[in-house]
Amino acid sequence: MLNYDFDWAIITSGRYFEWLMAGVYTTVQLSVVSIVLAFLLGLIIAVMRMSHVSPIRWFAYAYLEFTRNTPLLVQIFFWYFGSYQVLPRFINEWLVTWNFEFAAAVIALTIYTSAFIAEDIRSGVRSIPREQMEAARSSGFTFLRSMQYIILPQAVRITIPPLINQFLNLTKNSSLAMTIGVAELTYQARQVESYTFKGYEAFTAATIVYLGMSLVIAALVNIYNRKVLATVKGR
Amino acid sequence: MDLSFDFSVISKNITYFMIGSYPHGRLGGVALTLYLAVASCILSFLGGLFLGMLSVSKFRVIRYSATAVINAVRGIPLLMVIFWMYFLLPALMGRTMPESRTVIAALTIFTSAYMAEIVRAGIEGIPRGQTEAAISTGLHPWQAMFYIVLPQGLRNMVPSFVNQFVSLIKDTSLAFIVGVSELTHVATQINNRTMIYPAEIFFFIAVIYFIICYAFTSLSRWLEKRLTWQKAI
Repeated sequence: MLNYDFDWAIITSGRYFEWLMAGVYTTVQLSVVSIVLAFLLGLIIAVMRMSHVSPIRWFAYAYLEFTRNTPLLVQIFFWYFGSYQVLPRFINEWLVTWNFEFAAAVIALTIYTSAFIAEDIRSGVRSIPREQMEAARSSGFTFLRSMQYIILPQAVRITIPPLINQFLNLTKNSSLAMTIGVAELTYQARQVESYTFKGYEAFTAATIVYLGMSLVIAALVNIYNRKVLATVKGR
Repeated sequence: MDLSFDFSVISKNITYFMIGSYPHGRLGGVALTLYLAVASCILSFLGGLFLGMLSVSKFRVIRYSATAVINAVRGIPLLMVIFWMYFLLPALMGRTMPESRTVIAALTIFTSAYMAEIVRAGIEGIPRGQTEAAISTGLHPWQAMFYIVLPQGLRNMVPSFVNQFVSLIKDTSLAFIVGVSELTHVATQINNRTMIYPAEIFFFIAVIYFIICYAFTSLSRWLEKRLTWQKAI
């Protein structure tokens, strides 16, 4: 079986510990930036999906189906390698001055996750009684205003648990950013492995961090479900 | 923005995209992607069934440990599982493993945990009274599970299984990372060789993945509608 001398000290202090911590920081940064953007984009797509103008609805449908049925890795490569062909030049120049790998990962993660968030928001909206929309429209609100003031504030509250789940998926998916050289947690674990040949230790550390994040967030969802959502639904 | 696309790079390499360098070399491209997906789907269906049944066991120790395994696997990224298999499998087996086997093992472990959740939900969706009735007519609890609960539960699970298969097809793209020449790997190879058509190449393989996955997504929706309709009568 395993003939291997474990050396945990190598990852609990010193240079390699700092590398892993830098990786955790980048993973969190990548996930938080992407989830905020993905939420906004998902909100827009969800509203477009429910629009009464059919071309807008069809566009949103095509967007949702295409992004959900293609692998994230392919989308990451598309934006990383192909952005100079599809994005305007000034945007590319701006992204390069910033941090291009990070930006490409954010674009891909945002677009991929926004599709799932849009579907979650849509099912949240469906759970709001139709009459509320009709009442809002008949008291003079436009479609967008009734969404903004009546429907979405309620729907988003119901959507929060699935949204947090999406955040969790996003954090796990952000590990794919290592393929284009974003120095997040998985990348750093791999880096430690190739410098020290201590693969088991490095990947154990990374696994524990990912697991810890998942468990904490799952616990938060449980608390939210019990405390907040019970009061929203109990009205 | 330079919106002058040249898709001739696709037509020139189309056989390489589809089957890799087969029959003169290794199988690759779309064919290998489908092979990886189907092989790990069958294995993870069995794994999921096993784990799922353990997670509804009446023995607390078994139930808790099965749930712990399921949640642990669901809590880490697939990429981590692939790396673990990449390092662990050769050490455990005492010999080198072909990369495609490593990936199938990783995909199986990862997807089994998700399949197990589907199986658990399917089993719990069948009223308890049915199991009790089966046991009181003299069936062994195992017989009740295999002849009464699972046949009904599995039918309800079919749409979720198909959805999981779609995720699996998308997840096979991660085999790229350990150098298995499936579709995404083939695309990066062609991209490295031609250099100037990345948008065309990656858009093309995205469309291929889309066609395969969308077909199965539609199938799962159709099955779902049919199943609810059958339940209604």
